[in-house]
Amino acid sequence: MRVGKLPARKARILALRYLGAGVVTLLFLFPVYWLFMISFKTPDEIYHVPPLWIPGQIQFSNYYVLFKDGDVVAILNSLIVAGVSAFIAIILGTLCAYSLARFGTGGENLAMWIISQRMIPPIAVVFPVFLIYVYFGLVDGYFGLILLYTAFNLPYVIWMMRGYIVDVPLELEESALVDGLNRWEVIWKVVFPMVRPGLMATSVFTFVFAWNDFLFALVLTRTEVITFPVMLTHYFGGQSNFWAKIAAMSVLGTLPIFVAVSVMQRYLVRGISLGAVKG
Amino acid sequence: MTLSESINAAEQRRPSRFGRMFEDRLPYLIVAPAILILLLVGLFPLIYSLIVSFQRITMTENDTSFVGLLNYAELFRDTRLWASLGHTAIITAIALPLELLIGFLMAQLFIDRMPGRQIFVALLVLPTVISPIVAGATWRLMFDVRFGPIGQILSFFAGEPVRILWTVNPSYVYPAIIICEVWQWSPFMFLLLLAALSNVDQSQLEAAEIDGASYLRVLRAIVLPAIAPVIAVACLIRGLDLVRIFDIIWALTEGGPGSMTETISLYTYVQGFSQFETSYTAAISFLVIALLTVITTLVLKRMELAR
Repeated sequence: MRVGKLPARKARILALRYLGAGVVTLLFLFPVYWLFMISFKTPDEIYHVPPLWIPGQIQFSNYYVLFKDGDVVAILNSLIVAGVSAFIAIILGTLCAYSLARFGTGGENLAMWIISQRMIPPIAVVFPVFLIYVYFGLVDGYFGLILLYTAFNLPYVIWMMRGYIVDVPLELEESALVDGLNRWEVIWKVVFPMVRPGLMATSVFTFVFAWNDFLFALVLTRTEVITFPVMLTHYFGGQSNFWAKIAAMSVLGTLPIFVAVSVMQRYLVRGISLGAVKG
Repeated sequence: MTLSESINAAEQRRPSRFGRMFEDRLPYLIVAPAILILLLVGLFPLIYSLIVSFQRITMTENDTSFVGLLNYAELFRDTRLWASLGHTAIITAIALPLELLIGFLMAQLFIDRMPGRQIFVALLVLPTVISPIVAGATWRLMFDVRFGPIGQILSFFAGEPVRILWTVNPSYVYPAIIICEVWQWSPFMFLLLLAALSNVDQSQLEAAEIDGASYLRVLRAIVLPAIAPVIAVACLIRGLDLVRIFDIIWALTEGGPGSMTETISLYTYVQGFSQFETSYTAAISFLVIALLTVITTLVLKRMELAR
């Protein structure tokens, strides 16, 4: 691996590695490129044989159609549902994590129960949740989806934030207590600022989980609160797929994620592995 | 300052009775909302569903009398259910090792520092964070027999027109699903393994290098044991996700042709939301939970042993 006695050999290896890196990146990004390109194509270009790799010009009529037909409301719905549920899960989850980390509330059993909640397959929960939601009239509304996503994200938030909170030096909190702050103030004025990187990273992932969810949204939305993945599947219709709409909607639904993830790049690894790497 | 004044001042500084009560119960008060929501949305439906699974509720009948294990007995006679479990197992058994291998190779490629590495890593992560429905839709466009680039590229290399109906032809639906799945999740493995590999003890590697140990030997004796725990966790996370795979298949094949690519999640969905076999679906749900619990426990046990 780390060989290279001669500079020439070193240079050759580096060049080979760049070549490999370039090929791998091209392979993995080509589908994303293709998606973006279709979203800029005219219908003639989309249904051209053989397929065109570069559109004649960048034009936005496919996006304009989404706005004109009001389909973008699905993006708005996703933003509301994912945003609000991420916010609630972060606040409630971090408070809970603080109690678990500092007071050992419920002991190891409670912590294990919480993480086991994350292992439950969505398909096993979605059906009973649907039955109960029908009973309480929560189907096809913001509240029902937000409640569900909050619940599904809580174990993740608690697990992650517990790890971050344990890392906050105890002396810091103690000296704040001595200075006359009460616990509640310590949590908000000392702990929350200290774990801000963790909070940011966890928020992004919580948002992404809710944003990308399809199964719950498919079952629990009808016409009023359609989220963007569900809207996307409405365009699949046997042989007559609305390719232009599929591509444009996919891009719109992917951009917020790209932005969030590129801002949070540094914290990605720990978040994505549920803190597994750090142990 | 008079005595009463100083008492008043002290009173103000000390928290009120309500404040003290709040303070004492704080550990429980701040745990409560989260636990309440988890119980409400996580546990309550499961209990309800457990009860339903012992009843006989279908689309046409609302028979709430208890029938014991009837629904569970039916599980064993349901060939479509076992077929769907088989499909899930096939996809998991092929996709998981592929993702691990490709992720490992990618991590090897990027383990040594090189200028611009961060940019490559940032770009390579993109497939993983995309919504699986978008991933499925994208590959549906890619695979299209007339307007997609895959056929075009294959034709170019074959030197003759290649026309494969990837999402319809029984011989190609599984490759199509697995390609999409591996495309989306290899970068996830890559990210975890890259982090794990950079934590491998450098002095050991250097010592092995000085001793002239071959690459494969170093890999087997030093690198793999060091990253084994991360591999185990990564496989557990991805394995659990693969067993409940739904979105990508829904977007690519919708379980077709026929029910050829129907996984357990899709089958459960069909039973619950197009056949409305309420009680039976509840029974399937518990079969799925039981299976996943067994798998998770076994994997965790093995991880404990490996430690």
